[in-house]
Amino acid sequence: MMGTQRVKFTFMTQLVKEPIIYQLGQNFNLVTNIRRADVREDMGWVVLELDGDETEIQRGLDWVSAIGVRVDPVSGDVIEG
Amino acid sequence: MAFVKGLMCRECGREYPAEALNVCDYCFGPLEVVYDYATISDVISRERISQGPLSIWRYQDLLPANGDDPVDIMAGYTPLIKARNLGKSLGLRNLYIKNDSVNPSFSFKDRVVSVAATKAVEFEFDTLACASTGNLACSVAAHAARAGIRAVVFIPWDLERGKVIGAAIYGPTMVSVEGTYDEVNRLCSEVADNYPWAFVNINMRPYYAEGSKTLGYEVAEQLGWRIPDHVVIPSASGAMFTKIWKGFNELACLGLLDGVDASSFGPDQNTVHHPAVTTKMHMAQAEGCAPIVTAWANGQPHVSPVRPNTIAKSLAIGNPADGIYAIRVLKESGGSAYAVPEADVVDGIKLLAETEGIFTETAGGVTVSALKNLADSGAIKPDELTVVYITGNGLKTQEAVEDVVNPLSIKPSMGAFEDVISQRIAVGGR
Repeated sequence: MMGTQRVKFTFMTQLVKEPIIYQLGQNFNLVTNIRRADVREDMGWVVLELDGDETEIQRGLDWVSAIGVRVDPVSGDVIEG
Repeated sequence: MAFVKGLMCRECGREYPAEALNVCDYCFGPLEVVYDYATISDVISRERISQGPLSIWRYQDLLPANGDDPVDIMAGYTPLIKARNLGKSLGLRNLYIKNDSVNPSFSFKDRVVSVAATKAVEFEFDTLACASTGNLACSVAAHAARAGIRAVVFIPWDLERGKVIGAAIYGPTMVSVEGTYDEVNRLCSEVADNYPWAFVNINMRPYYAEGSKTLGYEVAEQLGWRIPDHVVIPSASGAMFTKIWKGFNELACLGLLDGVDASSFGPDQNTVHHPAVTTKMHMAQAEGCAPIVTAWANGQPHVSPVRPNTIAKSLAIGNPADGIYAIRVLKESGGSAYAVPEADVVDGIKLLAETEGIFTETAGGVTVSALKNLADSGAIKPDELTVVYITGNGLKTQEAVEDVVNPLSIKPSMGAFEDVISQRIAVGGR
């Protein structure tokens, strides 16, 4: 089933130069649409929309998390005290 | 009626109707309520406020939901207490405690949830929902009960029993999620995208967050329409911190503060700063989850998310939605931010209880310890008017202070009693 997910990626220094979003699109057949970003030498964040097969979106997010990118909902944590 | 024009993206400025939305479709920035301050200034006055109910709804002209028939369990109008004993121990002669731990479900969350629940009913939602580590779940369940609608609350599987019972008693559908903090976060975000429910801090967030402004209004009103020189505030998402500041500035711009002339709100209502608002805003986070304090200390223009590891679970938000905006308030107000060592959290709880008779939860321990640091460092001068916000009740986090239970155990005889009491008095015990 096709789906859409909005997420925020946060990259630490060692991953800033990696083409992670390109690989996410290629390897999981996802359309990636960046809406807002701030990438610096020491870290970066990107908010983007992912379109594709829901299973592939999940697999893609698992892969991104596994290589060390923090994945969050676009509007911050939804759990509160 | 609510004097709301609509919603506006805080990042790109795009406008939206006042609906159940929280994120800009274009840039995914957060949406904020836009008010019709021209009309508000025509109707609002100190007298009108003073004639309102003894709850947050006395400020209904400045809230984004219709206050004629709110979902109200009497949140707010909590005591502002002159803290003579705590002040004496810290060397502060003009210290007040805003005791929000005595709200109906025992935390400040009743303020924000009352607004969100009222808005949810206006939008004709039949379910009020949230993901919470405690206080929010209690408040959502209580307000849904009052509104006569369904509540669905998501909690981590390892939540303390006291908090689980404190929410369950109101009869919500309670979903205990077995997973890490991140997994719970992700699941709840997906549920919110797929179910037509009013998630108070997701699709209701623009309205919900505004409820915290009442913490600013009340303190000003209770001080005789003055604002403090300093406030000390616990922070998790950063939303309450920014909204108290907004509340002070709204009162100033509307000419409601003593000796302050009204002024324009300017082009961006959310960044307005009236020159008469000179309150220094001090933020308290626990060291085990201090992403905003870290960003402030390092001069970062962004907040790097962290994985929470603190006993102050009500402050455990690793990716704070309003962190960047809280940093702007720190800068504008000339305030400060302090990460309280985990070991000092319980000391703060005990200090407040033993000096002022107020039993706060771990977040309050963080705040009192931060206050102590500010006093010790001289950042707050002895005669400066200072308000410390205590936002949750200690009955919810009793596990943190179990070591205080140390009764004098005796046989039922007068002699046994006199023995132990004389020993206690001899060592200077109370």
